[in-house]
Amino acid sequence: MSTILVIEQILNGLQFGVMLFLMAAGLTLIFGVMGLINLAHGSLYMVGAFSAAAVAGLTGSFFLGLIAALAAAALAGALIEMVVIRRLYKAAHLDQVLATFALILIFSEGTRWIFGSFPLFLDIPDMLSGPVTLPGGIQYPLYRLTLIVIGLVVAIGLWALIERTRLGIQIRAGENDREMIAALGVDISKLYTIVFALGAALAGLAGGLVGAIQSVQVGMGEPVLILAFVVIVIGGIGSIRGAFIGALLVGLTDTLGGVFLPELFKLFMETGAAQKSGSAIASMGIYILMGIVLVWRPTGLFGARA
Amino acid sequence: MKTFLMATAAAALCATSAMADVKVGMITTLSGGGAGLGIDVRDGFMLAIAQSGRDDIEVVIEDDQRKPDIAVQLSDKMIQSERVDIMTGIIWSNLAMAVVPAAVNQNVFYLSPNAGPSALAGRGCHQNYFNVAWQNDNLHEAAGAYANEAAYKNSFIMAPNYPAGQDALTGYKRMYGGALAGEVFTKLGQTDYAAEIAQIRASGADSVYFFLPGGMGISFLKQYADSGVDIPVVGPAFSFDQGILQAVGDAAMGVINTSQWNKDIDNPTNAAFVETFQAEYGRLPSLYASQGFDTANLLVSALEKADPSDADAFRDALRAADFDSTRGDFAFGPNHHPVQTIYAREVIQEGDVFTNKIVGVALENHSDAYAADCKM
Repeated sequence: MSTILVIEQILNGLQFGVMLFLMAAGLTLIFGVMGLINLAHGSLYMVGAFSAAAVAGLTGSFFLGLIAALAAAALAGALIEMVVIRRLYKAAHLDQVLATFALILIFSEGTRWIFGSFPLFLDIPDMLSGPVTLPGGIQYPLYRLTLIVIGLVVAIGLWALIERTRLGIQIRAGENDREMIAALGVDISKLYTIVFALGAALAGLAGGLVGAIQSVQVGMGEPVLILAFVVIVIGGIGSIRGAFIGALLVGLTDTLGGVFLPELFKLFMETGAAQKSGSAIASMGIYILMGIVLVWRPTGLFGARA
Repeated sequence: MKTFLMATAAAALCATSAMADVKVGMITTLSGGGAGLGIDVRDGFMLAIAQSGRDDIEVVIEDDQRKPDIAVQLSDKMIQSERVDIMTGIIWSNLAMAVVPAAVNQNVFYLSPNAGPSALAGRGCHQNYFNVAWQNDNLHEAAGAYANEAAYKNSFIMAPNYPAGQDALTGYKRMYGGALAGEVFTKLGQTDYAAEIAQIRASGADSVYFFLPGGMGISFLKQYADSGVDIPVVGPAFSFDQGILQAVGDAAMGVINTSQWNKDIDNPTNAAFVETFQAEYGRLPSLYASQGFDTANLLVSALEKADPSDADAFRDALRAADFDSTRGDFAFGPNHHPVQTIYAREVIQEGDVFTNKIVGVALENHSDAYAADCKM
């Protein structure tokens, strides 16, 4: 196994990680501020991907598609917050799960109703397509490098928003004591709508970006949603920093495990069997990681609340 | 939207024709991921029923949502309360395994328009079970045979880690004579193939064979095209059918894939099928649609000769397969699976539409590896 291959796989893991972060950041923000478990977060990812594909298909511009993904997901997020989610803040988690699960079904069948059952086409823009050669002779797709950069920029932006702006102060205050900041005159229901729309926009951005290299189809959000939940449990529920570290850990574990475990098994098994059992165990990798983290720190790496 | 309305209309029509003499139960996937396959099978099937001009066939259509438990419930309902004579429609092998053995043992005929698990082709074959599409391994075996013909010596092969994926690689290796540069099992439902593509790049392979049905194949092909790796790719038709190609776009151009059907197979039945399907539904048919269409025509041909209540005569009529297939001549082997020619197709572009054209024959009059184990 060459160094080049190892570096390439680490880049792949990073890229997967930062995209997971975009999903997990919204999820953890919504849980942290409003105490809401939003299963429909994956649907917002799908909304982003479909909007990007539809607008890019109509206008021929991937960047307009991305803007549409952000806008449509934020709009859908604000809308479901005002119509449905708002009634659930005081409800038990089980009711929230039930209602947001219903939203998944409504979004999925609604999308099928509008776009049909066949996957949509969304491609990488020409200026970002093809591989580039990195120092050391590593060939790596330019688009994936761009995804890593965008993910890191969003992470820094989100950190600045939470730590350095007035809205961020309100969000952090809302996490700690929602009655108190309401008493101080902050319009709490507007704050909730904004936070929800922000989380939704991040999911939509991830959907639009990832849609260009994957298949844009109904139900694409749910597998990512499960991983995003693993990320926020590892990182500590409600913590953006935890979501970032957790997403990178999950991305790297999943990618590197899938490549190196079968190689490891080949040392003492024959090739076919090593592939089968290695890849089976690799697919459990992130859950084993989650288990280890939870034994060590029951509230996750950066979780404050018990 | 349009197909949805037509389906509703078709279902409503069926529900009102209470005078029907023959009842057909169709369980297929109409919602969730993979619904495109079920919709194509249903549309092809209903087109053939409509063209037969028979109004004594009632088709009850239900959506299994790709879930085995729901398929089993639907099948129980169809057999016990609807009292269907014939069942059909299932797309996925795991659902077929949950439904078919129980159904055929209750004296219902089952005509498979898609799933062909090996367990039902060999020792587990049944006199009331007919597969109109293929045995699962067939298209993969054809790809292996094509690789020999193309003189590939060092293939990198890849499939998801589940029974049909393992069968796929077994099928390829059964025919392929060269060495393996790598053999990788991916996760079922995996959407990112960066890690596998890096392995392909490092493997020194001269060809890549992959079986990644549905959205998995779309993701892989797009990422592969963008990676700059230019080793030729071969696959079964499942990642290159009419429903998927438009979503893959340029990334699929020129790829060789294996299929028992294509829209340019030259016979009058196929030409009429492609034309009427397009006129009726506003899209080109896929291989799944052709399988649904052939299944319904087989059924109609058997009904012309015998009534399902006379099981032995009806079974003989099915076995004779005396109908005009979109694939040309059609014949069943001893285990009620097709003996057929499998073609190599190439992805091309016609105007704005991506589609396939036949470039050669991969396997002629091919049966399957399990037929000898079938004792019926």
